[in-house]
Amino acid sequence: MLRLEARAQPSALMQTAAPLLALAATVVGGGILFLILGKNPFVSIRIIFWDPLFDASLVSYTRPQLLVKAAPLIMIALGLSFGFRAGIWNIGAEGQFVMGALAGSAVGLALHPLEAFWILPLMVLCGIAGGIAWAMIPALLRVYFRTNEILVSLMLVYVSYRILTALVTGPLRSPIGYNFPESRSFHDNPSMHNAELWSGTGIHIGILVAGILVVVCWYVMRRHLFGYHVNLMGQSNKVAGFAGVRINLVIICCLGITGALAGAAGVFEVTGPAGKLSPHFPVGYGFTAIIVAFLGRLNPIGILFAGLLMALTYIGGELAQFILDAPAAAIQVFQGMLLFFLVAADLLVNYRVKLAVPGGLFKPRPAESDAGGKST
Amino acid sequence: MNQLSAISPELLIASVMVASTPILLAALGELVVEKAGVLNLGVEGLMIIGAVCGFAMAVITGSVFVGAVAAMVGGAMLALVFAFLTQYLLSNQVATGLATTLFGLGLASLIGKPFIGERPPPMPRLQVEFLSDLPFIGHVLFSHDPILYLALLLAFLVWYFLRYTKMGLVLRAVGENHDAAHSIGYSVRLTRLAAICFGGALAGLGGCYLSLVRVPQWSEGMTAGAGWIALALVVFSSWRPLRLVLGAWLFGGVTVLQLNLQAAGVGIGVAYLSVAPYVVTIVVLVLISLNRSQRLLNAPACLGRSFFITS
Repeated sequence: MLRLEARAQPSALMQTAAPLLALAATVVGGGILFLILGKNPFVSIRIIFWDPLFDASLVSYTRPQLLVKAAPLIMIALGLSFGFRAGIWNIGAEGQFVMGALAGSAVGLALHPLEAFWILPLMVLCGIAGGIAWAMIPALLRVYFRTNEILVSLMLVYVSYRILTALVTGPLRSPIGYNFPESRSFHDNPSMHNAELWSGTGIHIGILVAGILVVVCWYVMRRHLFGYHVNLMGQSNKVAGFAGVRINLVIICCLGITGALAGAAGVFEVTGPAGKLSPHFPVGYGFTAIIVAFLGRLNPIGILFAGLLMALTYIGGELAQFILDAPAAAIQVFQGMLLFFLVAADLLVNYRVKLAVPGGLFKPRPAESDAGGKST
Repeated sequence: MNQLSAISPELLIASVMVASTPILLAALGELVVEKAGVLNLGVEGLMIIGAVCGFAMAVITGSVFVGAVAAMVGGAMLALVFAFLTQYLLSNQVATGLATTLFGLGLASLIGKPFIGERPPPMPRLQVEFLSDLPFIGHVLFSHDPILYLALLLAFLVWYFLRYTKMGLVLRAVGENHDAAHSIGYSVRLTRLAAICFGGALAGLGGCYLSLVRVPQWSEGMTAGAGWIALALVVFSSWRPLRLVLGAWLFGGVTVLQLNLQAAGVGIGVAYLSVAPYVVTIVVLVLISLNRSQRLLNAPACLGRSFFITS
């Protein structure tokens, strides 16, 4: 039988090894999933994990897409990591992403057909404001009324979807769009278009911002007093309170940071890769980012790699759809499985798994069970 | 505004009872889980798995009851994964619950793909000679499907179980203080395992009520947050089963009322009206959290904490 033994200190080795183990287990589990779906598991796994990176005929499309998909995931996950470290469970980043995109777009569209260099930056600022405003609802309710932020932030995701639908069928609907529930295309207007900076690379400003934010967040988390307070709160609210941490302020800041980053990511996405607002604009980045944050161990550098990996599964999943005719939902199952294996692998960080030998030195078994074993 | 009079109170009350049943079932299950000291945030995933399993089996076999059983089994099986991870691998309950929801949503779309556009067999309704023909009451009380009555009966049974049976006492003890319960010889893990599976089965049943009775159709993401509303409902009820019924009716009422207002064509956009159930949930959560002392009194003390045998 296996037996668990608590570690005195979380294992540093396992901190790094656990996500890799989880990934390995997911690859095996994913192979089995594709086998059940009637696909060759080895080919499927190669298509998802290898071809987007190295297949010569695909890389011109897939490598830029990798960055395009990873950027919003990384930005949102960086924001989430502060809250998750402090024990604040904002799971409504999806709503903050949508409201950011809406706020930014609304301002941009209101200025149409004006052309000026400052329009896109202004849209990003408004997106940040929109994201923060949406995140402040659970934050302030939590601080002033101790309302559960998990449920409030999640409910607000559904509210944001409905508001998006209401606006694209109402005030923000494109006047030249034949009554489709869509906004004007941001690509048609150079001052609102978050264009590729270098042709063929897929890199837009949002991707550069995501890269810079990784470094900034690493600094704040490791070197700045705020990061220390966040970590202290995660250890114990009480201790943090005694040590003079202003807990309510940290809660507001953590949710505000997530809202700001998710809102900015929303504007970059809608003005760049998505191109316009429509009810299909949200594709669940805000939820996948939760997996990214955990997979990256709530560590900015880890989140960078986790975001790229998750983007890889998105693109690999698309390829599997085209090439193997695999269902789109398979990749969602895949991502869910990854999170399952990840929370399971976390066991190894805080516990040692020991083989409990019957009649061993450290744990002598009761006599009667021994006798029972021999008599049969 | 004169179209408002077109809303018939008789139909309104009957449909409130139908609308409240899925969340009532899911919330009852979660209440038992939380009373055992486990926070399962995977209700949404369990519900949608139940919705798809129930729908698929009902369409394949042509029997809604096989569907309902399949939904309960499906929900309980996914809950078992959650139970294994949180109870035996001691994983974080919040993160594992989220994983259950994300995985469940994905798996449900995968299973449900071939069933989009199918129609399920109809659910039989109660038809009692005299009672169902009564003018107002007959329609409101005596002409529903069996699952709806089962849900109400279960609310009563859960209340009785938690309050008057020994097993209910053990379950509450495990939720209040798992170390103490362990030290007097009760198995914390098995109790919680059983509670989680029960919760999964009820969430699954609630889910299939959506796809077989309420809608009745399968579409991706059809639970649309019902699982999360059920979680909020448990907090709202201060962990009391009978108050849960009132809460479910309140939410069912809001849902039905906004649908009726949409149909009656009052001058508010459809999209804005459909926000109502979510906003009401938030408002109710705030109101409940104002009364903090009572909430703390009823909340299980070990809610969300992992149990590890140290010696």
